[in-house]
Amino acid sequence: MTTTTPRPASPARRPKRPAAPDASPARPRRDTGRHLLLATVSLAWLVPLLWAVYTSLRPYGDTAKHGYFSWPRGLSLTNFTDAWSRSGMPHFLWNSVLITVPAVLGTLLFSAAVAFFVTRFDFRLNLALLMLFTAGNLLPAQVLITPLYRLYLLVPLPWWMSDSLLLYNSAWGIIAIHIAYQCGFCTFVLSNYMKTIPKEITEAALVDGAPVWRQFLQIVLPLCRPAFAALATLESIWIYNDFFWPLTLIETGDKRPITSALANLQGQYFTNPNLIAAGALMTAIPTLLVYFGLQRQFISGLTLGSGKG
Amino acid sequence: MPPASSSPSRLGRGDRLFLAFVIGLPLLALLVLVWLPALASIALSFTTWDGIDLSGIHWTGTENYTQIFTNYPPFWPAVGHNVLWLLFTALLPTPFGVFLAYHLDQKIRFTRFYQTAIFLPMVLSLAVVGFVWEIVYDPDTGLLNSVLDAAGAGHHIDWLGDPDLNLWAVLIASAWRHTGYIMILYLAGLKSFDPALEEAAALDGANGRQTFFRVVLPALKPVNVIIVVVTVMESLRAFDIVYVLGGGTGSKPGMELLSLLITDNIIGESGHIGYGSALAVILLLVSLAAIGAFLVQTFRKEDA
Repeated sequence: MTTTTPRPASPARRPKRPAAPDASPARPRRDTGRHLLLATVSLAWLVPLLWAVYTSLRPYGDTAKHGYFSWPRGLSLTNFTDAWSRSGMPHFLWNSVLITVPAVLGTLLFSAAVAFFVTRFDFRLNLALLMLFTAGNLLPAQVLITPLYRLYLLVPLPWWMSDSLLLYNSAWGIIAIHIAYQCGFCTFVLSNYMKTIPKEITEAALVDGAPVWRQFLQIVLPLCRPAFAALATLESIWIYNDFFWPLTLIETGDKRPITSALANLQGQYFTNPNLIAAGALMTAIPTLLVYFGLQRQFISGLTLGSGKG
Repeated sequence: MPPASSSPSRLGRGDRLFLAFVIGLPLLALLVLVWLPALASIALSFTTWDGIDLSGIHWTGTENYTQIFTNYPPFWPAVGHNVLWLLFTALLPTPFGVFLAYHLDQKIRFTRFYQTAIFLPMVLSLAVVGFVWEIVYDPDTGLLNSVLDAAGAGHHIDWLGDPDLNLWAVLIASAWRHTGYIMILYLAGLKSFDPALEEAAALDGANGRQTFFRVVLPALKPVNVIIVVVTVMESLRAFDIVYVLGGGTGSKPGMELLSLLITDNIIGESGHIGYGSALAVILLLVSLAAIGAFLVQTFRKEDA
């Protein structure tokens, strides 16, 4: 670990005055301390998860006899297969996909449009618009829920969209509120990102007579790819994991996403924590996949209005 | 930002139509689904309603608020818990997340592993996080008591049941998530920080700590504002994790929070919509202070 190449500026880092003990000029030693710190914290952060993984891998009989805090006498994946088949998990997972994918895509498209609008053109109300969107995302969800519930009971949907014939108790309603509510945060991040794209690029296109929709779709959207990757990661995680809206706006348990299905599993098999641990860990797989898939762009795309602006 | 943007007057008809469409649709969704319900909640807070029939709404003026402030036993404990939540989050996980971000930004190896491990709790749903902590805190079979037993402490502590302890137990679980969130946000901010400034400070003989507090921190003001707002909002809105660790039945002694009281009144069989809305408005007013501060800080320079 001591082989990290020092930065070019490191000779200049030598303090002119006698340094405080914690600010030793020798970089390798400082990195060792840093690794020690970060490794300890990482490990501490992983302990609760590893405990859940360990629990989920042990057969119920084993833990019933010897207790949870004991050496294993056999590990298996049976809890995972049982949880998968007994709780209707594939069905609920599909419900989650049907809500999350359109909601994330819709949020990104809507907020990209708004961000494009407020950053590329000089309309007088731009700032007010941006503030309206950003503030909307900061309102507590509980403030919206009662009127929203009544509103959803009033909005009819055709039978091919919802068998409840209403926005209430349908996936569409959940998608709609996710898009409207999450748009604020994404608009904020995307407008910060779009500001860093030189005006000359779209100016040139405008002079060439390219219509605005082509500037949007063919120039600005592709340039925002890193920001989209970061936001897609965060929004997938948030929307997939949310259970407040489905809890209040979907009546039929059968239509709820997987986060609420986990509650069913807990109710049915509360005597078997090993099985529930397996189920809980499985529900986390989709968000983990998204996170690992987009991790590379995750940090770099998350421009929060600092630096270059 | 100089006003170099395209002026609307140069746009053709098709362009204007397109722009009206792309702004109109999201704006409509936002106004109808977010702002309209928020305003309606404010109106409902001055009424009494069982939530069943619209004709059952009766205007009662500020009656709900008087009741809440003087005659609703869980209210003041809930306020106290929200304040405690905010103080705890602002004093421990938030600075710790910033601290970790600073160290992760130092071009060291294994950064991605550390980042992932610490951010992992954010990736999991609150339902999963709740369950993970349940099997840590379980009084009979949980990891924590097992370790304490093995160490000879011999007490059976009911971490989530004891009203004096359970809020702290939940706060630990919440801090476990919050730290990673702040770390990632701050790391994103640090990436956009100009390293030349830092090296100039090092040339002037500043040590790591001085550089961070006198150069990096002030330069990252926009990110700092975001961190503060996230911390305040998350503390005020805290709901899921308490809901799950409280057994999914609403507020529990020792763990009352404003968001849970609202849910108790609105969703529960009680059907005190006006009452719940008044609580929601109180939460909204407190949040508005944070929202306002954030908007002023973020958009002030652009207005000029």
